[in-house]
Amino acid sequence: MSTTNALKMDKPVPDSLLDTSTQGIIGKPLDRKEGPLKVSGAATYAAEYQIENLAYGVLVGAPFGKGKITGIDSDVAKALPGVIDVVTDFDKFLTTPAQGLAPKAPQGVENVQYFGEIVAIVLAESFEAARDAAQQVVINHEAADDGRYDFEALKGEAEKPAKGDIPSHFSQGDLDKAMTDAPVTLDVTFTTPSQNSAAMEPHASIATWDDSGMLTLHGSYQMPGNDVEQLAAALGVSKSKVRIVARYVGGGFGSKLGIAPESVAAALAAKALGRPVKAVMARQQVFDATVRRSNTEQRIRLAATADGKLTAMGHETLTSNLPDDDYFEPTGQATHFMYAAENREINHDIVRLDWLLSGSMRAPGEAVGMLALEGAMDELAEKLGIDPIEFRKINEPEMDPEKGVPHSSRELVRCMDVGATSFGWDKRNATPGTRREGEWLVGIGMAAAARANMLQPSEARVTLSATGRATVETDMTDIGTGTYTILGQIAGEVLGLPLEHVDVELGDTNFPTAAGSGGSFGAGSSGTSVYLAAEAIREKIAKAMGVDVDALTLKDGHAVADNRRVPLGELAGEGIVAIGSIKPGKQEKEKTQSSYGAHFAEVGVNAVTGEVRVRRMLGVFAAGRILNAKTARSQCLGGMTFGIGTALTEDLIHDPRNGKLVNRDLAEYHLPVNADVPQLEVEFLEERDIHANPMHAKGIGELGISGAGAAIANAVYNATGIRVRDYPLTLDKILEGLPEL
Amino acid sequence: MQFTINGETHDVEPDIRASLLDVLREHVGLTGTKKGCDHGQCGACTVLVNGRRINSCLTLAVMHQDDDILTIEGLGSADNLHPMQAAFVKHDGYQCGYCTPGQICSAVGMLDEVKKGWPSHVSDKLDSVSLSNDEISERMSGNLCRCSAYPNIVDAISEVSGLTPAQKEAADA
Ligand code: FES
Ligand code: FES
Repeated sequence: MSTTNALKMDKPVPDSLLDTSTQGIIGKPLDRKEGPLKVSGAATYAAEYQIENLAYGVLVGAPFGKGKITGIDSDVAKALPGVIDVVTDFDKFLTTPAQGLAPKAPQGVENVQYFGEIVAIVLAESFEAARDAAQQVVINHEAADDGRYDFEALKGEAEKPAKGDIPSHFSQGDLDKAMTDAPVTLDVTFTTPSQNSAAMEPHASIATWDDSGMLTLHGSYQMPGNDVEQLAAALGVSKSKVRIVARYVGGGFGSKLGIAPESVAAALAAKALGRPVKAVMARQQVFDATVRRSNTEQRIRLAATADGKLTAMGHETLTSNLPDDDYFEPTGQATHFMYAAENREINHDIVRLDWLLSGSMRAPGEAVGMLALEGAMDELAEKLGIDPIEFRKINEPEMDPEKGVPHSSRELVRCMDVGATSFGWDKRNATPGTRREGEWLVGIGMAAAARANMLQPSEARVTLSATGRATVETDMTDIGTGTYTILGQIAGEVLGLPLEHVDVELGDTNFPTAAGSGGSFGAGSSGTSVYLAAEAIREKIAKAMGVDVDALTLKDGHAVADNRRVPLGELAGEGIVAIGSIKPGKQEKEKTQSSYGAHFAEVGVNAVTGEVRVRRMLGVFAAGRILNAKTARSQCLGGMTFGIGTALTEDLIHDPRNGKLVNRDLAEYHLPVNADVPQLEVEFLEERDIHANPMHAKGIGELGISGAGAAIANAVYNATGIRVRDYPLTLDKILEGLPEL
Repeated sequence: MQFTINGETHDVEPDIRASLLDVLREHVGLTGTKKGCDHGQCGACTVLVNGRRINSCLTLAVMHQDDDILTIEGLGSADNLHPMQAAFVKHDGYQCGYCTPGQICSAVGMLDEVKKGWPSHVSDKLDSVSLSNDEISERMSGNLCRCSAYPNIVDAISEVSGLTPAQKEAADA
């Protein structure tokens, strides 16, 4: 029998067990629990389960843009040795992946919507045979004559997205009038290209149906609890007939939020063949047919008084997506609450294009939105002759400038101050282009960071056994985020157990349904569910000991109260089982919740070639309680490095004739490599957020990318006097403005 | 044909089209070596062949008659870690862990290259190499890590390379 401890976040929770407990492991920089498995190759990712009688599937993408398939000629492929079959299903194959948290994925592939859409799967006894045969499948088609592939040519036809969770348009006061009236204004346009998450593990699924009609999918997915619904809907079976297992996920960054084409293809093929099927997307298919971050064009308008008080902010964005998908990159997400200004206009419109789906990638919204906003803030500060940090401080809003509600906790100013001291901001020369070291022009820049904090429904089960060990079970995932470790730390802290005495089982939909990994809500949501379950167990322990729970101390596997010290196992009886369940509540509306930070970058720009090198970079972050200082720091390192890629190299190019991705692999789409990334520094500020959850922790996985690229671009300006508003800052865009040699 | 994997002789009859990577993962059942791109662009598949690091996706298995192949599983196991593996755990030189076996095999191979005195693009001198952070970064740039554990990877390798902190500072200066 298990009890359930449920909480809806309607009220703040001022007292946290994590502050009163004495185990002393919460927040500590402990090594990852699953570390030894990962470094020895023993952690099992989706495609690595050893399953009997497996057939190999290789996916076939449409080698054309929008058009109608008139026939698939697979005779040659099928005749090759080792080939079992070529399977397609015009109705059920996924058109695109599902968006994160969507109830279902778009289906149907007869009318191909974009270049590379997955339309068939070749099955063979070996990977080599399937790969070979996939080259021989001929897809006949009639090209559509109304394909839309050219953003530049079509951006005049942008539409307002259909009503969704995030409002696309917002207006307050009179922006135009404020722009006319203000003594100092700025009106600039930034562009950012499409990007790919490029998680190192390609999307992969192994589908196995058992005799009772139950499907087990070993998949690389971030949100199994939601993905299982999408998969069941796509296959037309009940959700109770589908199980997803995702114990290790080789990165996601948004690209594995919703189910992708390989899952349904593998499941349908496994059904047709009556044997398990493995389908792993080729790296090129991950680029072609999963999801991209949309390109954006962002116009920023700012108006200020002479002493630097903002009177107006406009942030108008064009994004792109397929005709039937209303997801838009919410670039203005942080603009809503970053700075005070009376008159505001924050709009997002979609240019309809027949390119692959655009959807979530690490910090959807802030990641590229803050490139524009924070770049513009740097420009206006200079125009005003005010230090960029000072300018931001002048415009620090006491309340949410749109909703009029307080911030739950906001340490932006302190992040900037601490960072300025640590980084040596006072050594920055405000006049650009004045510091030269040999061939290199050197500059320093900063930008603010913010990432909205969210809570999602999440459940976990915690069991305290008669041996005194605890087990955490939830279908939450660890995609590199440190979940195995922090959930163990939370349970261990509340129950008074060392981390080694807590087992954590994740990524299996047989366990209670968790929030999944996305939107930086994973730790706060699933962590709270574990906290609540452990809290319920504490109460049972107190009862078993016959004391009031407040008089109880749990430490090192023992309960101490009333002058007695009893091993927990003895008090557990047959075992104590509890479910923790958290739901978002009124706190989200009553307080504006966000994590904050400040980025500082020093760059060298080669005066001869225009090459930009990041020399030093510091991020100072305030994200509530830090649950594990080591893994949290790593999350920030990762985010900041995404910022380096965004600023300098990442640029997904679409052929304007047919939407084909030109640079669809890791040689041509340039992720930052080791040599591009200096020894980044991260500092966390002590903070608690009682409105976020009972742990007082906020999201951190996406904070590190938000604003990071802008700090680099601002540093490039400081080094050279060249403002590049067209990301990434490749040398061709800098070369022209460099001083004569 | 025959080759040795992690000290054990294997008799295999690979498809002539099969990469060494696919034979390891799909036939021998050693899935510690990862496939990130299958095109020699990411380094996730790095193994040591006769002591040298190579991308196992870029080499056909049939080219390895009598070769001595060392994979991540041969370097150390979860309860008996190689010093490089232990340093990656200590310094959090990974996040999702998918690039990690490749990083570790690459790091082990790389230290051997340094020991042999092979210079790199960033070496000041061609005849004596000291292992600064820049040297490590440069030499490890064939191994992508999208989670971006790079600074921690550098720290882990730096520790294993056996330099004292003072020597390290001198090398970095
Ligand atoms: S899988 Fe071999 S280099 Fe990427
Ligand atoms: S640890 Fe995830 S790619 Fe390196």
